[in-house]
Amino acid sequence: MKRKNGSPWLGGDRLASIGASFISIIIGLLFGFLFLIVLSLINSGGEGFISVITNAWKYGFKQILMGGFYLPPISIGQEIAATAPLILTGLSVGFAFKTGLFNIGAAGQYTLGAFGALFCAIVLGLPWWACLLGATLFGALWGAIPGIFKAYLNIHEVITSIMFNWIGLYAVNTIMYGGGTGVMYDSTKTKVWDLRSLFPASVIPNMGLAAYFKNRSTTIAIFLAIVIAIVIYIVIDKTTFGYELKACGFNKSAARYAGISEKKNIVLSMVIAGALAGFGAGLFYLSGIAEWRPLDSTALPAIGFNGIAVALLASSNPIGTIFSALFISHITTGGSLMNSQYFPPEIADIISGIIIYLCAFSLLFKQMLMKKRGSQKLAVDLVDVTVKEPQQIDSFLPEEEVDGKEIDD
Amino acid sequence: MLLTKYTLLYSMVLMLVALGGAFTEHSGVINIALEGTMTIGGLVGVLALVVLPAGTPAFTVVLVSVLAAGIAGILYTSLLAFASVNLKADQTIGGTALNLLATALAVVVVRRFNFGTQSAKLTYNNEPFLFDIGDLTVNVFLFIGLALLIISIIVMYKTRFGLRLRACGEHPQAADSVGINVYEMRWWGVLISGFLGGIGGFAYIVPAVQTWNFEVGVAGMGFLALAVMIFGQWKPGRIFFAALFFAIFKSMANIADSTILAALEWPKEIYNMMPFIASMIILAFTSKKSRAPKAEGIPYDKTGR
Repeated sequence: MKRKNGSPWLGGDRLASIGASFISIIIGLLFGFLFLIVLSLINSGGEGFISVITNAWKYGFKQILMGGFYLPPISIGQEIAATAPLILTGLSVGFAFKTGLFNIGAAGQYTLGAFGALFCAIVLGLPWWACLLGATLFGALWGAIPGIFKAYLNIHEVITSIMFNWIGLYAVNTIMYGGGTGVMYDSTKTKVWDLRSLFPASVIPNMGLAAYFKNRSTTIAIFLAIVIAIVIYIVIDKTTFGYELKACGFNKSAARYAGISEKKNIVLSMVIAGALAGFGAGLFYLSGIAEWRPLDSTALPAIGFNGIAVALLASSNPIGTIFSALFISHITTGGSLMNSQYFPPEIADIISGIIIYLCAFSLLFKQMLMKKRGSQKLAVDLVDVTVKEPQQIDSFLPEEEVDGKEIDD
Repeated sequence: MLLTKYTLLYSMVLMLVALGGAFTEHSGVINIALEGTMTIGGLVGVLALVVLPAGTPAFTVVLVSVLAAGIAGILYTSLLAFASVNLKADQTIGGTALNLLATALAVVVVRRFNFGTQSAKLTYNNEPFLFDIGDLTVNVFLFIGLALLIISIIVMYKTRFGLRLRACGEHPQAADSVGINVYEMRWWGVLISGFLGGIGGFAYIVPAVQTWNFEVGVAGMGFLALAVMIFGQWKPGRIFFAALFFAIFKSMANIADSTILAALEWPKEIYNMMPFIASMIILAFTSKKSRAPKAEGIPYDKTGR
């Protein structure tokens, strides 16, 4: 049997993947619109149906669809600034997917990356590019942990990642706050010291972008993100190293048989995934307007979880990640531009949540699309894969047992 | 005294939710969505509490709001059941989506509810839930929790339903071959977790404080419950003790500043971290003989037998 079509996030038929993503997006947006209509209905004081729909469109959905273009150039700058870190968390999750791992820990690695960036800037006073490296290093370290647990102790990376997300968040908050007297903590403003005024060398340069978009948060981060995406694409698709990592994701036993050290590769994959998430945090927290409030940060950064949506929409393709990150950031920016009196900005989060939910069974959409295109043979292949595919998730079991099962089947 | 109060509170919350998780996973479905289920249960329970007119008898208030929370949980997890059982979707991704969706939904609903201020907070009266036994203030969830624990043990080990449920998580093909409807049992497993998770979320929010900010969801409590479930090796009895153990840490985090522990000058985050670290250590030592249901996470397909 051809395993080429693996699971939905491993690529497969590219056109069908893109089609499936579009179906997810459209359904997600429709649900978003539906939500706005319901809210608009509650708001309306007995107005007609037409005006309910018009209000939902005019004060809510139009902004979501237009995103940054609703209020140019400022909101375009905002959208671009938000896209850069999202590309990186998307790459992080996507890279892990490609190697058969589910990196739900991007949020934690991102948190550690933020710490690394701010530590290098405030405590060590390093220039921005060194701070970015610091962020990457911390993210990689936090990514390595689930990798090591997976490779040497057979504990599922999802469980380890979830636990270490919270451990990381609490640790970072503790160290930054330092009982109110931490070196990185500005107690008068109850947040970490402002980079822009105190450590301007640590802020990523904007090369005039900030002036162009009339928005200080727009830096060259977006270009760095795109470059990284291209690098990851080349590593995954064009190098032996990438091929070995992918081989472990497709079939662990076969990879082992072919002489690939799967333990080493699992750890490496997670280190790279963590590094990407950490780099993303660097891009965000070194932009000069993002700030960390150790006392209020009781939830994990949403950008880490949005990375999952980004990766799924892109079917883990690094180049596709650029566009799907742009899309998620587009609707989020749009959400923040809605009339918040009537429509809470979190509608955008609902839309991306629905999209992730739909992506969970995007294989179904793919099958539908393939059948429509008349390629029956591929469709049959995919049906076969539906049955086999879950083993890539290999449950929360020690690996030996799962391997045994594969042979049974 | 304060420590006892909070330990009792948190242990019941963690136990209820972890029990829910155990039911789901025994049926063969991974349940990452506990956090989201708690948020939705908490939201609907609190909304019921707020909406009920003043002067409603305490018993009615408790009954209605707890049931509302449980039913909301059931409805919400049916999304997980539908995706993972009927559509054979990836259970981990589906669960993650539901977690994200839950917080977003809760915030949108609450903001809209507080029209004019856009606050994501709800304020409510939790008196009907609290009782004084001597000096100790306990809440009604202590009794609900213990009752549900006993019911859970009986259902899982003493009934035909429980046996069938566990069979579906261990070897669904075998279960199917003797005429058990695997899809149906998995639906049951997921929905039970919705009920328990929904009540658990409500039990977390209501007894301790009178205002809740839904922007934080349930602040990681659902993930802690996941750790409790693993720590308890998917067995209700052990889950009870695991929940108690974790609850002590969680309570210490809460009251660290006001007790003798303050002398240690450890930040409260250390206590928050401890349960997660403890479960990782336990996992590291027990991974070789893990009692996880064998077929967990693998969608069942009749045609794949």
